[in-house]
Amino acid sequence: MKLSDKELEIIEILEKDARTPIDVLAKMIELPVEETEALVKKLEEANVIVQYTALVDWRKADGHEGVTAMIDVKVTPKRGVGFDEVAERIYRFPEVKSVYLMSGAYDLSVVIEGRSMADVAQFVSEKLSTLDSVISTTTHFILKKYKHDGIIFDQGDQDRRIVVAP
Amino acid sequence: MKPQTRRTYVSETVAGLKPSGIRRFFDLASSLDGVVSLGVGEPDFVTSWSIREASILSLEQGYTSYTANAGLFELRQEIAAYLRRKFHVEYRPEAEILVTVGASQAIDLALRAIVNPGDEVIVVEPGFVAYEPLVVLAGGTPVAVHASGADGFQLAPARIEQAITERTKAVIICSPNNPTGTVLRPSELDALARLAERHDFLVIADEIYAELTYEGEYISMAAVSGMRERTILISGFSKGFAMTGWRLGFAAAPEDILQAMLKIHQYAMMCAPTMAQYGALEALRNGEHEVEHMRNSYRRRRNYFVAALNEIGLPCHLPGGAFYAFPSIRHTGLTSEQFAERLLLEEKVAVVPGNVFGASGEGYIRCSYASSLEQLQEAIKRMKRFLARL
Ligand SMILES: Cc1ncc(COP(=O)(O)O)c(C=O)c1O
Repeated sequence: MKLSDKELEIIEILEKDARTPIDVLAKMIELPVEETEALVKKLEEANVIVQYTALVDWRKADGHEGVTAMIDVKVTPKRGVGFDEVAERIYRFPEVKSVYLMSGAYDLSVVIEGRSMADVAQFVSEKLSTLDSVISTTTHFILKKYKHDGIIFDQGDQDRRIVVAP
Repeated sequence: MKPQTRRTYVSETVAGLKPSGIRRFFDLASSLDGVVSLGVGEPDFVTSWSIREASILSLEQGYTSYTANAGLFELRQEIAAYLRRKFHVEYRPEAEILVTVGASQAIDLALRAIVNPGDEVIVVEPGFVAYEPLVVLAGGTPVAVHASGADGFQLAPARIEQAITERTKAVIICSPNNPTGTVLRPSELDALARLAERHDFLVIADEIYAELTYEGEYISMAAVSGMRERTILISGFSKGFAMTGWRLGFAAAPEDILQAMLKIHQYAMMCAPTMAQYGALEALRNGEHEVEHMRNSYRRRRNYFVAALNEIGLPCHLPGGAFYAFPSIRHTGLTSEQFAERLLLEEKVAVVPGNVFGASGEGYIRCSYASSLEQLQEAIKRMKRFLARL
Protein backbone atom coordinates (compact mmCIF):
# COMPACT_ATOMS: atom_id res chain seq x y z
CA MET A 1 0.00 0.00 0.00
CA LYS A 2 1.45 3.31 -1.06
CA LEU A 3 1.07 5.84 1.73
CA SER A 4 0.74 9.57 1.22
CA ASP A 5 2.97 12.04 3.08
CA LYS A 6 0.10 12.90 5.41
CA GLU A 7 -0.53 9.24 6.16
CA LEU A 8 3.15 8.73 6.94
CA GLU A 9 3.04 11.70 9.30
CA ILE A 10 -0.01 10.28 11.05
CA ILE A 11 1.75 6.97 11.58
CA GLU A 12 4.88 8.64 12.92
CA ILE A 13 2.91 10.76 15.37
CA LEU A 14 0.65 7.96 16.58
CA GLU A 15 3.49 5.49 16.85
CA LYS A 16 5.13 7.85 19.30
CA ASP A 17 1.95 8.74 21.14
CA ALA A 18 -1.18 6.85 20.25
CA ARG A 19 -3.20 9.09 22.50
CA THR A 20 -2.61 12.31 20.58
CA PRO A 21 -6.07 13.92 20.44
CA ILE A 22 -7.56 13.99 16.96
CA ASP A 23 -7.87 17.79 16.85
CA VAL A 24 -4.23 18.16 17.83
CA LEU A 25 -3.22 15.57 15.25
CA ALA A 26 -5.25 17.38 12.61
CA LYS A 27 -3.50 20.67 13.35
CA MET A 28 -0.10 19.02 13.33
CA ILE A 29 -0.57 17.67 9.82
CA GLU A 30 -2.53 20.70 8.61
CA LEU A 31 -5.74 18.90 7.62
CA PRO A 32 -9.34 19.34 8.79
CA VAL A 33 -10.39 17.07 11.66
CA GLU A 34 -12.83 15.03 9.55
CA GLU A 35 -10.22 14.30 6.91
CA THR A 36 -7.68 13.34 9.55
CA GLU A 37 -10.19 11.04 11.20
CA ALA A 38 -10.94 9.40 7.86
CA LEU A 39 -7.24 8.83 7.20
CA VAL A 40 -6.68 7.28 10.63
CA LYS A 41 -9.67 5.04 10.06
CA LYS A 42 -8.36 4.03 6.66
CA LEU A 43 -4.95 3.16 8.14
CA GLU A 44 -6.63 1.11 10.85
CA GLU A 45 -8.83 -0.73 8.39
CA ALA A 46 -5.92 -1.52 6.12
CA ASN A 47 -4.12 -2.89 9.17
CA VAL A 48 -1.24 -0.49 8.68
CA ILE A 49 -2.01 0.61 12.20
CA VAL A 50 -2.52 -2.81 13.72
CA GLN A 51 -3.23 -1.89 17.31
CA TYR A 52 -2.69 0.78 19.93
CA THR A 53 -0.82 -0.60 22.89
CA ALA A 54 0.63 0.64 26.16
CA LEU A 55 4.26 0.01 26.96
CA VAL A 56 4.26 -0.99 30.61
CA ASP A 57 7.14 -1.07 33.05
CA TRP A 58 5.82 -3.95 35.12
CA ARG A 59 8.56 -3.63 37.71
CA LYS A 60 6.74 -0.57 38.96
CA ALA A 61 3.57 -2.56 39.63
CA ASP A 62 4.03 -3.95 43.13
CA GLY A 63 2.98 -7.53 43.51
CA HIS A 64 3.11 -8.18 39.81
CA GLU A 65 4.98 -11.34 39.05
CA GLY A 66 6.16 -12.31 35.66
CA VAL A 67 9.14 -13.46 33.70
CA THR A 68 10.03 -13.18 30.07
CA ALA A 69 12.12 -15.73 28.25
CA MET A 70 13.56 -15.78 24.77
CA ILE A 71 13.80 -19.26 23.37
CA ASP A 72 15.95 -20.29 20.44
CA VAL A 73 14.15 -23.07 18.64
CA LYS A 74 15.57 -25.40 16.00
CA VAL A 75 12.98 -27.07 13.82
CA THR A 76 12.72 -29.31 10.78
CA PRO A 77 10.96 -27.40 8.03
CA LYS A 78 8.16 -29.30 6.31
CA ARG A 79 7.96 -29.76 2.58
CA GLY A 80 5.58 -27.31 0.94
CA VAL A 81 4.93 -25.16 3.99
CA GLY A 82 8.52 -24.58 5.13
CA PHE A 83 8.65 -22.99 8.55
CA ASP A 84 5.24 -21.38 8.39
CA GLU A 85 3.26 -24.30 9.71
CA VAL A 86 5.36 -24.91 12.79
CA ALA A 87 5.61 -21.17 13.41
CA GLU A 88 1.84 -20.92 13.41
CA ARG A 89 1.47 -23.83 15.79
CA ILE A 90 3.80 -22.00 18.13
CA TYR A 91 2.42 -18.47 17.85
CA ARG A 92 -1.14 -19.64 18.51
CA PHE A 93 -0.23 -20.37 22.15
CA PRO A 94 -1.38 -17.42 24.26
CA GLU A 95 1.84 -17.51 26.33
CA VAL A 96 3.82 -16.69 23.20
CA LYS A 97 4.36 -12.95 22.75
CA SER A 98 6.35 -13.01 19.55
CA VAL A 99 7.83 -15.37 17.03
CA TYR A 100 10.52 -14.50 14.49
CA LEU A 101 12.11 -16.65 11.78
CA MET A 102 15.84 -16.17 12.15
CA SER A 103 18.94 -16.74 10.10
CA GLY A 104 21.93 -18.30 11.82
CA ALA A 105 22.34 -20.84 14.58
CA TYR A 106 18.66 -21.56 15.09
CA ASP A 107 15.40 -21.10 13.20
CA LEU A 108 12.74 -19.50 15.37
CA SER A 109 13.08 -16.98 18.13
CA VAL A 110 10.14 -17.29 20.50
CA VAL A 111 9.36 -14.87 23.29
CA ILE A 112 7.34 -16.30 26.16
CA GLU A 113 5.80 -14.55 29.11
CA GLY A 114 4.84 -16.54 32.19
CA ARG A 115 4.11 -15.86 35.81
CA SER A 116 7.20 -17.69 37.06
CA MET A 117 10.27 -19.52 35.80
CA ALA A 118 8.52 -22.77 36.58
CA ASP A 119 5.62 -21.66 34.42
CA VAL A 120 7.91 -21.00 31.47
CA ALA A 121 9.85 -24.23 32.05
CA GLN A 122 6.62 -26.16 31.99
CA PHE A 123 5.51 -24.51 28.77
CA VAL A 124 8.82 -25.28 27.09
CA SER A 125 9.06 -28.85 28.20
CA GLU A 126 5.44 -29.82 27.75
CA LYS A 127 4.16 -27.74 24.88
CA LEU A 128 7.06 -26.47 22.81
CA SER A 129 9.59 -29.30 22.87
CA THR A 130 6.97 -31.89 22.23
CA LEU A 131 5.91 -30.43 18.90
CA ASP A 132 6.76 -32.79 16.06
CA SER A 133 9.09 -30.54 14.11
CA VAL A 134 10.95 -29.09 17.07
CA ILE A 135 14.49 -30.47 17.30
CA SER A 136 15.84 -28.45 20.22
CA THR A 137 15.22 -25.42 22.42
CA THR A 138 17.53 -23.10 24.36
CA THR A 139 15.85 -20.90 26.94
CA HIS A 140 17.20 -17.50 28.02
CA PHE A 141 15.47 -15.59 30.79
CA ILE A 142 15.40 -11.81 30.57
CA LEU A 143 16.82 -10.32 33.75
CA LYS A 144 16.11 -6.66 33.14
CA LYS A 145 14.63 -4.58 30.36
CA TYR A 146 16.62 -1.47 29.56
CA LYS A 147 15.08 -0.59 26.23
CA HIS A 148 12.06 -2.01 24.48
CA ASP A 149 10.74 -1.17 21.01
CA GLY A 150 12.89 1.94 20.88
CA ILE A 151 11.81 3.20 24.28
CA ILE A 152 14.37 3.44 27.06
CA PHE A 153 12.90 2.50 30.44
CA ASP A 154 13.60 4.86 33.30
CA GLN A 155 14.91 7.51 31.00
CA GLY A 156 15.25 10.69 32.99
CA ASP A 157 13.13 12.81 30.67
CA GLN A 158 13.00 15.82 32.92
CA ASP A 159 13.58 19.15 31.21
CA ARG A 160 16.97 20.39 32.31
CA ARG A 161 16.69 23.73 30.55
CA ILE A 162 16.47 27.02 32.36
CA VAL A 163 12.92 28.41 32.28
CA VAL A 164 13.54 31.53 30.23
CA ALA A 165 16.45 31.90 27.80
CA PRO A 166 17.33 34.18 24.89
CA MET B 1 41.07 53.52 59.98
CA LYS B 2 37.70 53.69 58.25
CA PRO B 3 37.49 51.72 55.00
CA GLN B 4 37.60 54.02 52.03
CA THR B 5 34.55 53.86 49.80
CA ARG B 6 35.86 53.06 46.38
CA ARG B 7 34.69 54.72 43.24
CA THR B 8 32.71 52.83 40.61
CA TYR B 9 35.10 51.13 38.27
CA VAL B 10 32.51 49.86 35.78
CA SER B 11 33.02 51.45 32.38
CA GLU B 12 30.51 53.95 31.15
CA THR B 13 29.81 51.79 28.13
CA VAL B 14 28.92 48.80 30.25
CA ALA B 15 27.05 50.88 32.79
CA GLY B 16 25.02 52.30 29.93
CA LEU B 17 23.90 48.93 28.60
CA LYS B 18 20.35 48.22 29.56
CA PRO B 19 19.76 44.98 31.43
CA SER B 20 18.22 42.22 29.37
CA GLY B 21 14.44 41.90 29.64
CA ILE B 22 14.97 38.16 29.32
CA ARG B 23 16.85 38.21 32.60
CA ARG B 24 13.94 39.84 34.41
CA PHE B 25 11.53 37.20 33.19
CA PHE B 26 13.93 34.48 34.06
CA ASP B 27 14.09 35.71 37.65
CA LEU B 28 10.33 36.01 37.88
CA ALA B 29 9.58 32.61 36.32
CA SER B 30 12.25 30.86 38.37
CA SER B 31 10.62 32.01 41.58
CA LEU B 32 7.40 30.13 40.78
CA ASP B 33 6.54 26.44 40.82
CA GLY B 34 4.57 24.56 38.20
CA VAL B 35 5.40 26.92 35.37
CA VAL B 36 4.78 25.77 31.82
CA SER B 37 7.60 27.47 30.01
CA LEU B 38 7.34 28.74 26.47
CA GLY B 39 10.20 31.05 27.25
CA VAL B 40 13.09 28.80 26.36
CA GLY B 41 15.23 29.77 23.38
CA GLU B 42 16.81 26.39 22.91
CA PRO B 43 15.91 22.93 21.64
CA ASP B 44 14.15 20.52 23.98
CA PHE B 45 16.16 17.66 22.55
CA VAL B 46 19.29 16.42 24.24
CA THR B 47 22.27 16.30 21.85
CA SER B 48 22.13 13.03 19.92
CA TRP B 49 24.04 10.20 21.48
CA SER B 50 26.53 9.65 18.66
CA ILE B 51 27.72 13.24 19.02
CA ARG B 52 28.06 12.90 22.78
CA GLU B 53 29.83 9.60 22.24
CA ALA B 54 32.32 11.15 19.81
CA SER B 55 33.16 13.84 22.33
CA ILE B 56 33.58 11.27 25.10
CA LEU B 57 35.88 9.26 22.83
CA SER B 58 38.02 12.33 22.19
CA LEU B 59 38.45 12.71 25.94
CA GLU B 60 39.29 9.03 26.34
CA GLN B 61 41.90 9.38 23.66
CA GLY B 62 43.37 12.33 25.47
CA TYR B 63 42.57 15.11 23.02
CA THR B 64 42.61 17.68 25.77
CA SER B 65 44.96 20.35 24.48
CA TYR B 66 44.42 23.54 22.47
CA THR B 67 43.57 23.22 18.81
CA ALA B 68 44.68 25.63 16.11
CA ASN B 69 43.34 29.12 16.84
CA ALA B 70 40.87 28.87 13.97
CA GLY B 71 39.74 25.44 15.11
CA LEU B 72 40.61 21.86 14.15
CA PHE B 73 41.50 21.86 10.48
CA GLU B 74 39.41 18.72 10.00
CA LEU B 75 36.41 20.52 11.43
CA ARG B 76 36.94 23.56 9.22
CA GLN B 77 37.11 21.26 6.20
CA GLU B 78 33.91 19.61 7.29
CA ILE B 79 32.25 23.01 7.78
CA ALA B 80 33.34 24.04 4.30
CA ALA B 81 31.85 20.84 2.88
CA TYR B 82 28.65 21.44 4.84
CA LEU B 83 28.32 25.02 3.60
CA ARG B 84 28.86 23.83 0.03
CA ARG B 85 26.38 20.98 0.35
CA LYS B 86 23.64 22.88 2.16
CA PHE B 87 23.94 26.45 1.00
CA HIS B 88 25.98 26.24 -2.20
CA VAL B 89 28.65 28.63 -0.97
CA GLU B 90 32.38 28.03 -1.24
CA TYR B 91 34.78 28.88 1.57
CA ARG B 92 38.43 27.90 1.95
CA PRO B 93 38.92 26.11 5.27
CA GLU B 94 42.50 27.35 5.61
CA ALA B 95 41.65 31.05 5.50
CA GLU B 96 37.94 31.74 5.42
CA ILE B 97 36.42 29.70 8.23
CA LEU B 98 36.72 30.25 11.98
CA VAL B 99 35.42 27.98 14.73
CA THR B 100 34.07 30.05 17.62
CA VAL B 101 32.60 29.73 21.07
CA GLY B 102 29.00 29.74 19.95
CA ALA B 103 27.48 31.91 17.28
CA SER B 104 27.50 34.48 20.07
CA GLN B 105 31.27 34.88 19.92
CA ALA B 106 31.21 34.92 16.13
CA ILE B 107 28.81 37.89 16.17
CA ASP B 108 31.02 39.68 18.67
CA LEU B 109 34.15 39.04 16.60
CA ALA B 110 32.46 40.14 13.40
CA LEU B 111 31.48 43.45 14.94
CA ARG B 112 34.78 44.08 16.67
CA ALA B 113 36.66 43.27 13.48
CA ILE B 114 34.84 45.83 11.35
CA VAL B 115 33.57 48.66 13.54
CA ASN B 116 35.47 51.93 14.00
CA PRO B 117 34.32 54.27 16.78
CA GLY B 118 31.11 55.90 15.68
CA ASP B 119 30.39 53.52 12.81
CA GLU B 120 26.75 52.68 12.43
CA VAL B 121 25.41 49.15 12.27
CA ILE B 122 21.83 48.67 11.23
CA VAL B 123 20.00 46.12 13.31
CA VAL B 124 16.72 44.76 12.04
CA GLU B 125 14.13 44.47 14.80
CA PRO B 126 12.50 42.55 16.33
CA GLY B 127 15.80 40.75 16.66
CA PHE B 128 18.08 38.71 18.86
CA VAL B 129 18.77 40.50 22.15
CA ALA B 130 22.57 40.48 21.83
CA TYR B 131 22.97 42.43 18.59
CA GLU B 132 22.59 45.98 19.88
CA PRO B 133 24.71 45.60 23.02
CA LEU B 134 27.44 43.91 21.00
CA VAL B 135 27.45 46.79 18.51
CA VAL B 136 27.79 49.21 21.42
CA LEU B 137 30.56 47.16 23.03
CA ALA B 138 32.42 47.19 19.71
CA GLY B 139 32.28 50.97 19.82
CA GLY B 140 29.62 51.34 17.17
CA THR B 141 26.19 52.91 17.08
CA PRO B 142 23.26 50.58 16.55
CA VAL B 143 20.57 51.91 14.26
CA ALA B 144 17.27 50.07 14.60
CA VAL B 145 15.11 49.43 11.57
CA HIS B 146 11.73 47.94 12.30
CA ALA B 147 10.18 45.06 10.46
CA SER B 148 6.42 45.08 10.45
CA GLY B 149 4.08 42.44 11.74
CA ALA B 150 1.66 43.26 8.97
CA ASP B 151 4.25 41.91 6.53
CA GLY B 152 5.08 38.85 8.61
CA PHE B 153 8.21 40.66 9.83
CA GLN B 154 9.97 40.59 6.49
CA LEU B 155 12.92 42.91 5.90
CA ALA B 156 11.85 46.34 4.86
CA PRO B 157 14.55 47.28 2.32
CA ALA B 158 12.98 50.69 1.77
CA ARG B 159 13.25 51.47 5.46
CA ILE B 160 16.78 50.11 5.60
CA GLU B 161 17.66 52.43 2.73
CA GLN B 162 16.34 55.40 4.68
CA ALA B 163 18.53 54.46 7.62
CA ILE B 164 21.72 54.25 5.58
CA THR B 165 24.27 57.01 6.13
CA GLU B 166 27.92 57.63 5.29
CA ARG B 167 28.82 55.79 8.48
CA THR B 168 26.81 52.62 7.82
CA LYS B 169 29.22 49.74 8.10
CA ALA B 170 26.95 46.75 8.18
CA VAL B 171 23.43 45.42 8.52
CA ILE B 172 22.71 42.49 10.81
CA ILE B 173 20.00 40.12 9.64
CA CYS B 174 18.76 36.87 11.06
CA SER B 175 16.80 34.26 9.10
CA PRO B 176 14.96 32.28 10.36
CA ASN B 177 14.52 34.94 12.98
CA ASN B 178 14.54 34.91 16.73
CA PRO B 179 11.91 35.97 17.93
CA THR B 180 9.56 36.03 14.93
CA GLY B 181 10.43 32.76 13.18
CA THR B 182 10.35 34.66 9.90
CA VAL B 183 12.37 33.29 6.99
CA LEU B 184 13.45 36.13 4.71
CA ARG B 185 12.14 35.92 1.17
CA PRO B 186 14.64 35.73 -1.72
CA SER B 187 13.29 39.04 -3.04
CA GLU B 188 14.08 40.70 0.29
CA LEU B 189 17.58 39.26 0.39
CA ASP B 190 18.13 40.45 -3.17
CA ALA B 191 16.94 43.94 -2.40
CA LEU B 192 19.29 44.12 0.57
CA ALA B 193 22.15 42.84 -1.60
CA ARG B 194 21.60 45.64 -4.11
CA LEU B 195 21.65 48.17 -1.28
CA ALA B 196 24.86 46.66 0.09
CA GLU B 197 26.53 47.01 -3.29
CA ARG B 198 25.22 50.51 -3.95
CA HIS B 199 26.14 51.88 -0.53
CA ASP B 200 29.13 49.62 0.08
CA PHE B 201 28.36 47.95 3.39
CA LEU B 202 28.58 44.42 4.80
CA VAL B 203 25.83 42.07 5.86
CA ILE B 204 26.30 40.07 9.01
CA ALA B 205 24.00 37.13 8.39
CA ASP B 206 23.09 35.18 11.51
CA GLU B 207 22.02 31.85 10.05
CA ILE B 208 22.07 29.85 13.27
CA TYR B 209 18.51 28.60 12.64
CA ALA B 210 19.04 27.69 8.98
CA GLU B 211 18.67 23.97 9.67
CA LEU B 212 15.26 24.67 11.15
CA THR B 213 13.61 25.95 7.98
CA TYR B 214 10.40 24.12 7.22
CA GLU B 215 9.48 24.94 3.66
CA GLY B 216 11.65 25.04 0.58
CA GLU B 217 15.39 25.26 0.35
CA TYR B 218 17.24 27.62 2.66
CA ILE B 219 18.88 30.56 0.91
CA SER B 220 22.01 31.87 2.55
CA MET B 221 22.80 35.58 2.23
CA ALA B 222 26.28 34.56 1.11
CA ALA B 223 24.76 32.68 -1.83
CA VAL B 224 22.92 35.72 -3.17
CA SER B 225 24.65 37.05 -6.26
CA GLY B 226 27.49 39.41 -5.42
CA MET B 227 27.16 38.82 -1.69
CA ARG B 228 29.89 36.32 -0.91
CA GLU B 229 32.40 39.17 -0.71
CA ARG B 230 30.10 41.27 1.46
CA THR B 231 28.76 38.73 3.90
CA ILE B 232 29.94 37.50 7.26
CA LEU B 233 28.06 34.24 7.56
CA ILE B 234 27.47 33.17 11.13
CA SER B 235 26.14 29.84 12.21
CA GLY B 236 26.76 27.08 14.69
CA PHE B 237 25.61 23.91 16.31
CA SER B 238 23.38 25.17 19.12
CA LYS B 239 19.98 25.08 17.47
CA GLY B 240 19.98 22.70 14.52
CA PHE B 241 22.06 20.06 16.27
CA ALA B 242 20.65 20.68 19.77
CA MET B 243 24.09 21.55 21.17
CA THR B 244 23.50 24.82 23.06
CA GLY B 245 25.63 23.86 26.07
CA TRP B 246 28.58 22.91 23.91
CA ARG B 247 29.26 26.52 23.02
CA LEU B 248 30.33 25.95 19.47
CA GLY B 249 29.70 28.06 16.41
CA PHE B 250 31.51 29.29 13.35
CA ALA B 251 31.94 32.17 10.99
CA ALA B 252 32.71 32.14 7.27
CA ALA B 253 33.82 35.31 5.54
CA PRO B 254 36.18 36.67 2.89
CA GLU B 255 39.81 36.24 3.92
CA ASP B 256 40.62 39.82 5.00
CA ILE B 257 37.63 40.00 7.33
CA LEU B 258 37.98 36.50 8.66
CA GLN B 259 41.67 36.99 9.39
CA ALA B 260 40.83 40.15 11.32
CA MET B 261 38.31 38.16 13.36
CA LEU B 262 40.91 35.45 13.92
CA LYS B 263 43.36 38.04 15.22
CA ILE B 264 40.94 39.02 18.00
CA HIS B 265 39.94 35.43 18.63
CA GLN B 266 43.51 34.25 19.15
CA TYR B 267 44.10 36.83 21.85
CA ALA B 268 40.69 36.74 23.49
CA MET B 269 39.87 33.03 23.31
CA MET B 270 42.83 31.04 21.90
CA CYS B 271 40.47 28.46 20.45
CA ALA B 272 37.04 26.91 20.94
CA PRO B 273 36.82 23.96 23.37
CA THR B 274 38.50 20.90 21.92
CA MET B 275 36.06 18.24 23.08
CA ALA B 276 33.18 20.24 21.65
CA GLN B 277 34.98 20.47 18.32
CA TYR B 278 35.20 16.68 18.18
CA GLY B 279 31.50 16.43 18.87
CA ALA B 280 30.81 18.93 16.11
CA LEU B 281 32.86 16.90 13.68
CA GLU B 282 30.59 13.94 14.27
CA ALA B 283 27.52 16.18 14.02
CA LEU B 284 28.49 17.31 10.53
CA ARG B 285 29.60 13.88 9.35
CA ASN B 286 26.71 11.78 10.59
CA GLY B 287 24.11 14.04 12.14
CA GLU B 288 21.89 14.79 9.18
CA HIS B 289 19.31 12.15 9.95
CA GLU B 290 18.85 13.34 13.52
CA VAL B 291 18.53 16.95 12.37
CA GLU B 292 15.79 15.94 9.98
CA HIS B 293 13.99 14.09 12.72
CA MET B 294 14.13 17.14 15.01
CA ARG B 295 13.07 19.48 12.22
CA ASN B 296 10.02 17.33 11.46
CA SER B 297 9.12 17.28 15.10
CA TYR B 298 9.37 21.08 15.39
CA ARG B 299 7.35 21.55 12.20
CA ARG B 300 4.48 19.45 13.50
CA ARG B 301 4.52 21.26 16.81
CA ARG B 302 4.57 24.59 14.99
CA ASN B 303 1.56 23.55 12.96
CA TYR B 304 -0.34 22.60 16.07
CA PHE B 305 0.73 25.52 18.19
CA VAL B 306 0.20 28.32 15.67
CA ALA B 307 -3.21 26.96 14.65
CA ALA B 308 -4.17 26.71 18.32
CA LEU B 309 -2.98 30.27 19.03
CA ASN B 310 -5.10 31.58 16.21
CA GLU B 311 -8.06 29.57 17.44
CA ILE B 312 -7.91 30.98 20.97
CA GLY B 313 -7.70 34.49 19.57
CA LEU B 314 -4.01 35.30 19.47
CA PRO B 315 -3.42 36.08 15.80
CA CYS B 316 -0.09 34.72 14.63
CA HIS B 317 1.58 34.53 11.22
CA LEU B 318 2.91 31.10 10.26
CA PRO B 319 6.63 31.25 11.04
CA GLY B 320 8.78 29.56 8.39
CA GLY B 321 11.52 28.43 10.73
CA ALA B 322 13.26 28.40 14.11
CA PHE B 323 10.99 27.35 16.99
CA TYR B 324 9.27 30.59 17.89
CA ALA B 325 5.73 31.80 17.40
CA PHE B 326 5.22 35.54 17.72
CA PRO B 327 1.50 36.21 18.17
CA SER B 328 -0.01 39.64 18.52
CA ILE B 329 -1.60 40.54 21.84
CA ARG B 330 -2.41 44.11 20.86
CA HIS B 331 -6.21 43.64 20.93
CA THR B 332 -6.06 42.81 24.64
CA GLY B 333 -5.15 46.39 25.42
CA LEU B 334 -2.20 45.23 27.52
CA THR B 335 1.42 45.96 26.79
CA SER B 336 3.69 42.98 26.07
CA GLU B 337 5.20 43.30 29.52
CA GLN B 338 1.83 43.44 31.26
CA PHE B 339 0.51 40.54 29.25
CA ALA B 340 3.55 38.35 29.89
CA GLU B 341 3.71 39.21 33.55
CA ARG B 342 0.02 38.60 34.23
CA LEU B 343 0.04 35.39 32.19
CA LEU B 344 2.97 34.20 34.27
CA LEU B 345 1.54 35.16 37.64
CA GLU B 346 -2.07 34.18 36.98
CA GLU B 347 -1.70 31.07 34.85
CA LYS B 348 1.95 30.15 35.26
CA VAL B 349 2.79 30.21 31.59
CA ALA B 350 6.14 31.82 30.81
CA VAL B 351 6.49 33.71 27.53
CA VAL B 352 8.85 36.54 26.63
CA PRO B 353 7.40 40.01 26.04
CA GLY B 354 8.03 41.12 22.46
CA ASN B 355 9.46 44.51 23.37
CA VAL B 356 12.54 42.73 24.75
CA PHE B 357 13.50 42.24 21.10
CA GLY B 358 13.14 45.89 20.14
CA ALA B 359 10.43 48.50 20.04
CA SER B 360 8.69 46.89 17.06
CA GLY B 361 8.12 43.79 19.18
CA GLU B 362 5.73 45.74 21.39
CA GLY B 363 2.26 44.26 21.12
CA TYR B 364 3.61 40.75 20.62
CA ILE B 365 4.88 37.90 22.77
CA ARG B 366 7.48 35.28 21.93
CA CYS B 367 6.39 31.70 22.55
CA SER B 368 8.90 28.94 22.03
CA TYR B 369 7.27 25.71 20.90
CA ALA B 370 10.40 23.68 21.66
CA SER B 371 8.45 21.94 24.39
CA SER B 372 6.62 18.65 24.55
CA LEU B 373 3.24 18.45 22.87
CA GLU B 374 1.65 17.88 26.28
CA GLN B 375 3.20 21.08 27.59
CA LEU B 376 2.04 23.00 24.53
CA GLN B 377 -1.51 21.73 24.96
CA GLU B 378 -1.44 22.68 28.61
CA ALA B 379 -0.11 26.13 27.76
CA ILE B 380 -2.87 26.69 25.22
CA LYS B 381 -5.48 25.63 27.76
CA ARG B 382 -4.15 28.10 30.31
CA MET B 383 -3.76 30.94 27.80
CA LYS B 384 -7.32 30.42 26.64
CA ARG B 385 -8.54 30.68 30.20
CA PHE B 386 -6.45 33.79 30.72
CA LEU B 387 -7.80 35.49 27.59
CA ALA B 388 -11.37 34.70 28.56
CA ARG B 389 -10.81 36.55 31.81
CA LEU B 390 -9.31 39.71 30.37
C1 LIG C 1 19.47 34.55 16.57
C2 LIG C 1 20.47 33.93 17.48
N1 LIG C 1 21.76 34.08 17.22
C3 LIG C 1 22.70 33.55 18.02
C4 LIG C 1 22.38 32.85 19.15
C5 LIG C 1 23.47 32.31 20.01
O1 LIG C 1 23.83 31.01 19.63
P1 LIG C 1 25.04 30.24 20.28
O2 LIG C 1 24.47 29.32 21.31
O3 LIG C 1 25.64 29.48 19.14
O4 LIG C 1 25.97 31.23 20.85
C6 LIG C 1 21.04 32.66 19.47
C7 LIG C 1 20.65 31.93 20.69
O5 LIG C 1 19.57 32.09 21.21
C8 LIG C 1 20.06 33.22 18.60
O6 LIG C 1 18.76 33.06 18.86
